[in-house]
Amino acid sequence: MTKRIKSITNPKLKLEILTPEEVGRIHTATLDLIENVGVRFPSQKALDIWEAHGAQVDRDTSIVKAPGHVIEEALKQAPPVYTLAARDPEQDLPLDGNHVFVGTDGCGVEMLDIYTGKRRTSCLQDVADIARVGDALEEVAFHWVAVSAQDVPPATRGLQELLAVWENSTKHAQSESIYNEREARASIEMAAVIAGGKEALRKRPVLSLMQCSAPPLGHDGGSLDAALVAAEAGVPTGFMTMAAGLTTAPATLAGTLVVGNAEVISATALLQLAYPGAPVFYAAAQTVSDPRSGAYTGGGPEDFLFGAATNVLSDFYNIPLSMGSFATGAKEPNWHAGLENSLSTFMACIVMSDMLLGVGLLHGSRIWSYAQMLMDCEIYSIIHKIMQGIVVDDANLALDTIRSVGPGGNFLAQKHTLQHMREIFVPQFMDRRPYNTWEEKGDDGRDWALAKARQILENHHPEPLDPLLSAELQRIIATVEKR
Amino acid sequence: MQTEELFQAMSQSIIDGDADVAASLARQSIDLGIDPLQAINQGFVPGINHVGNQFSCGDMFLPELVMAGEAMKTAISELEPEMSKRGTERQVYGKVVLATVQGDIHDIGKTLVGTMLAAYGFQVYDMGVDVPITKIIEKTREVNANIVALSALLTTTMVRQKDVIEALEDVGLRDKVKVMVGGAPVTQEWVQQIGADGYSEDAVGAVGLAKKLLGV
Repeated sequence: MTKRIKSITNPKLKLEILTPEEVGRIHTATLDLIENVGVRFPSQKALDIWEAHGAQVDRDTSIVKAPGHVIEEALKQAPPVYTLAARDPEQDLPLDGNHVFVGTDGCGVEMLDIYTGKRRTSCLQDVADIARVGDALEEVAFHWVAVSAQDVPPATRGLQELLAVWENSTKHAQSESIYNEREARASIEMAAVIAGGKEALRKRPVLSLMQCSAPPLGHDGGSLDAALVAAEAGVPTGFMTMAAGLTTAPATLAGTLVVGNAEVISATALLQLAYPGAPVFYAAAQTVSDPRSGAYTGGGPEDFLFGAATNVLSDFYNIPLSMGSFATGAKEPNWHAGLENSLSTFMACIVMSDMLLGVGLLHGSRIWSYAQMLMDCEIYSIIHKIMQGIVVDDANLALDTIRSVGPGGNFLAQKHTLQHMREIFVPQFMDRRPYNTWEEKGDDGRDWALAKARQILENHHPEPLDPLLSAELQRIIATVEKR
Repeated sequence: MQTEELFQAMSQSIIDGDADVAASLARQSIDLGIDPLQAINQGFVPGINHVGNQFSCGDMFLPELVMAGEAMKTAISELEPEMSKRGTERQVYGKVVLATVQGDIHDIGKTLVGTMLAAYGFQVYDMGVDVPITKIIEKTREVNANIVALSALLTTTMVRQKDVIEALEDVGLRDKVKVMVGGAPVTQEWVQQIGADGYSEDAVGAVGLAKKLLGV
């Protein structure tokens, strides 16, 4: 089926959300924090690397205080441009600052079942099914592990999930669910099998890994070790901050940006100190907690501002960005979901964030909905159209056509209309039917989105992974199980 | 300052979330020979109740509730030496052993639950993060806990909540305690699956749940 990937490129719209001076202040404040307050790196390996590069390391608290120039020099080693490879090379994703790609969200724990609509615990088959639907959709450029395979043992869960993605899609796999050294090593071994060897993987990374920081100003030891393993193998790696204003970050937006920035750039610098030139990306999904309950919100105007501001930071450091957009806090596909996912994604797109995560999850990335997935794709398509802006040239001004129609006529039977009408966006899930049709049928976009997902799931057959490769990947997983 | 005025000021210090003022008022009450239990119940508790009510109807925000909880904690710890001198003890709703399970370092939700439970009159033993099962069991036995509260943010560590419940069964403590679980991936179905007694999605809900479980 589809090979095409729909990316936003050569945008006509622009937004200046932070002036260069403001970015400078955020950067200076960040370095001040890293140097004088420090960031927690609870990993022996990480602490050894920091110490070898002149940072002040407290072995009892695992807090590292690194001079600003060490961070700045290290970050300069990071490649500004590289490509995420796919099983199918036609679906490779250039992270070059001139493309926006969308992935599936992750990592949910429940499913709205595609047939019964009932909420239930997610399992391995769901990971496979979602990957298959994503494979068929041009809006989905790459995969995260969308939901947790809770029916397989935790020790190899992250690996089973990756295998399920690769077996069901030819697109790039980025896992956010590999967060210890053992699984990281195995996942890279698996990726090398698909790429055709360790050196081939370095050239064509069919896998990338995303690690979460532990705000404020901390990291998880397992994540650090996993990231170091990935960086050594040339597998693109990013650290994501989910700093939340009010709880894990200050209640102010600039303060939240600084806390998250300190986490991300300190860990990114660590990878560059260890393996200069390793492909890395900036990742973020900052938010604010609800002032009334402290709960995770998954959306709101602050999130939309973070979505636009973070790409300015990653541009300043000259590395690609993976940005949290979509991922509404809404409990079901409704106005709340549509509003949040539209605005968050628009704001992240208008600044050309390289990767957006992602489509399909509700309730703050906890519950998967196929209807939401398809509607999120439509939101992205609308933004894709908006980003093309308004073209003003002879063909688009259409003066000759306007002249020939003159006052009072219409443009329906014009050749110019025929030539350009397919540039007009046609929605799949918006109800533009007559009122009485809507009244009679009683259905809406959510039903059509779900129907489309069912149709894909039942009829789309992705290009299979070579059974020999599949068996080899299974063998690697089995070895880890035995350890 | 008249006793009534002092109680008024105590209440206000909690509402303002001002731990320094609360502590100084607590010391004043000792100097004046006021029964510390009376100072708590007639001075500080009306303050925390007011904050709780305002919070419930959405007029006060979480940081105000947390600051009030901290002020309450400071005031009570200031009064504790005097209480033990007089051989009295503050009535608590129950004892809670609180921990983020082994393999998981997520702190904030768990800590918030601890602050709220303490503010509302529970004795909380916060064991921190990445706590091994054996430590949780030891503590539960040592303090004769009424509730074991377990936090986990990852689906891969959430399974440890189940392991703790099984360990409680193995050592014969399961009947003596209620088990509360929490964390982003926790659902009602999970609670049932592992045989826990309840969960809450936020810290204030956790207080209500704890009270309900102990029937207080």
